Amino acid sequence: MKQYEYLAKGALREYGIPVPPGRLVNNPDEAAQAVQEIGPAALKAQVLVGGRGKAGGIRFATTPDEARQVAQAMLGMDLKGYTVERLYAEGKLAIEREFYISVTTDRNKKVPLVMASLAGGVEIEDVDDAQIVRQWVDPRVGVMPYFGRELAQRLGLNGVLARELSDLVVKLYRIYQDRDAELVEINPLAVVDGHLVAADARLNIDDSALFRHGDVPIIDEGSELEQKVHKIGLAYVELDGDIAIMANGAGMAMATVDAIQYFGGKPANFLDAGGGASVEPTAQALDVLVSMHPKVIFINIFGGITRCDDVAQAILQVKNSSGIPVPLVVRLVGTNEKEGVRLLEEAGISAYSDMAPAAERAVELAGEGRA
Amino acid sequence: MAILLTRDSKILVQGITGNQGRFHTKQMLAYGAAVVGGISPGKSQERVEGLPVFDTVQEAVGTTHANASIVFVPAPFAKDAAFEAMENGIKLVVLIPEHIPVQDSIDIVARAQELNVTVIGPNTFGLISPGEKTKMGIMPNHIYQPGPIGVVARSGTLSYEIAFSLTNGGFGQTTVVGMGGDPVVGQTFISVLHHFKNDPDTRAVVMVGEIGGSAEEEAAEYLKSFGKPVVAYLAGRAAPAGKRMGHAGAIIERGRGTLESKEKALTAAGASVVTMPWQVVDALREVMKGV
Repeated sequence: MKQYEYLAKGALREYGIPVPPGRLVNNPDEAAQAVQEIGPAALKAQVLVGGRGKAGGIRFATTPDEARQVAQAMLGMDLKGYTVERLYAEGKLAIEREFYISVTTDRNKKVPLVMASLAGGVEIEDVDDAQIVRQWVDPRVGVMPYFGRELAQRLGLNGVLARELSDLVVKLYRIYQDRDAELVEINPLAVVDGHLVAADARLNIDDSALFRHGDVPIIDEGSELEQKVHKIGLAYVELDGDIAIMANGAGMAMATVDAIQYFGGKPANFLDAGGGASVEPTAQALDVLVSMHPKVIFINIFGGITRCDDVAQAILQVKNSSGIPVPLVVRLVGTNEKEGVRLLEEAGISAYSDMAPAAERAVELAGEGRA
Repeated sequence: MAILLTRDSKILVQGITGNQGRFHTKQMLAYGAAVVGGISPGKSQERVEGLPVFDTVQEAVGTTHANASIVFVPAPFAKDAAFEAMENGIKLVVLIPEHIPVQDSIDIVARAQELNVTVIGPNTFGLISPGEKTKMGIMPNHIYQPGPIGVVARSGTLSYEIAFSLTNGGFGQTTVVGMGGDPVVGQTFISVLHHFKNDPDTRAVVMVGEIGGSAEEEAAEYLKSFGKPVVAYLAGRAAPAGKRMGHAGAIIERGRGTLESKEKALTAAGASVVTMPWQVVDALREVMKGV
């Protein structure tokens, strides 16, 4: 889960990493006050989209009056689909150089990875590999100052900057651990007056670890519909097609989306009803699909732990209460298949046993597919 | 034969008195697995499916000589359970729970490497060896049959779909291994493939992968010297970048983890890569011709 810049900066400040003076701004008056206190400032939209600067999400103000006007214009504006609700006013820096540093998890090596570069200020993906220094962390040892000295040496830094970097990487790793971060990144790590300052920061928290961070604000970046389904406790991703999809298990749900596209259809969503979902969440999930007004609904179930009769019950429950006003294609095999298929057939719904013809039929009913 | 899990595996169930623990203990016993007891602190006077329940792994190992353990405790307690198993000499630990913090998984995997413990998962359906009539996991019992195909997968239901199509297509399995859907898991495609390479009964391997990370790309490098035919199917062709597709690990981040990159690498390494799950059996029939 991504955190807003002001929260990431707050974490850095708390751990003693130098950041520019900054204030969270909720209205134009607060913007004026912030500039009064910290002098000429950048007003930065607190949204979780990349390329914020280019899209007009970062503007500057030198006087309190100017800050009030700029904030007036920015608050409530639309930035790549997100409404700007808050700004972060931050003192302007006279930046001499821009570096990069981050701590993240290396999925293959299964250990933390520190990446650093003297070519900061741009997305790290755009930096030439030869200019990036990578140092893996033994999780049983952690990061001590010598790790930072070695990093500084490999980067070719010396003197004050080397000392400051060594100190900073120890603190950054502590944030990564203490906050259960997936990523903590400083980019650019600016040199101002010969000293390191974290000019911009990203902090992404591991969703699975939120239970031990009661103070972390829950930020669901999803669309309205995505947030609604997430609240039921199901994984859901909105896509831009019109064939609504439900499957059980993340891999099956992905494969189902792929299958619709394979036959030339346009999937409307990814929905994992769970590897062992019972009647109620399945019915809730189906209700959501109906509410999307798709052309067709395609349900693809391989009953392992999920029982086919439970899925059939859920379908009938929705059909008999709120109704299913669009064509429905069901593929149902596995545990308690006979009972599930019988229940559906009694209600006039026939079920497929193979995935391919079922997906093809769904696409055909949507009037899509290959000519 | 089989890999990792055989008839010699004497299995404990950590969290045996919970709903999942009870249900799957019954299923594992029904399949023929040698489950010898369970752990549930404070409930040692109970029995589950006739099996003894212990307060600690230490006591359970002392009494039953178990060498494998399957963990069903809630995610926040999984690190404790995994370490308890490893520190008491268990050599195969299967972590079923989803939503174990990644930092906990990093610690578990690091310790497992030190102690030479095989960790399967987290966020896995487990593993099953049909020829040995044993399983440690939550997969349905009826879809597998003994045979010469090794299966290694990241995802549960999708691997059921494919295993069942193999069974129906006449291809039984040596062992089916679920690596798990999390970003950090105990195994890699390479570590599992290596076991399959050394298992004389495994004549071909089916890989079931998905978007996210670069496990498939790394595996491709290894496949060049694997020496047995491989069919690969990967899910997530239609997945948009930056969105988690159910599994915590299934996400295209900053241009990495795309299906194109994985399929290209696997194809270049000589694997037969199919586009849809129902194409696996035909592809397998094709590559098995030469074996």
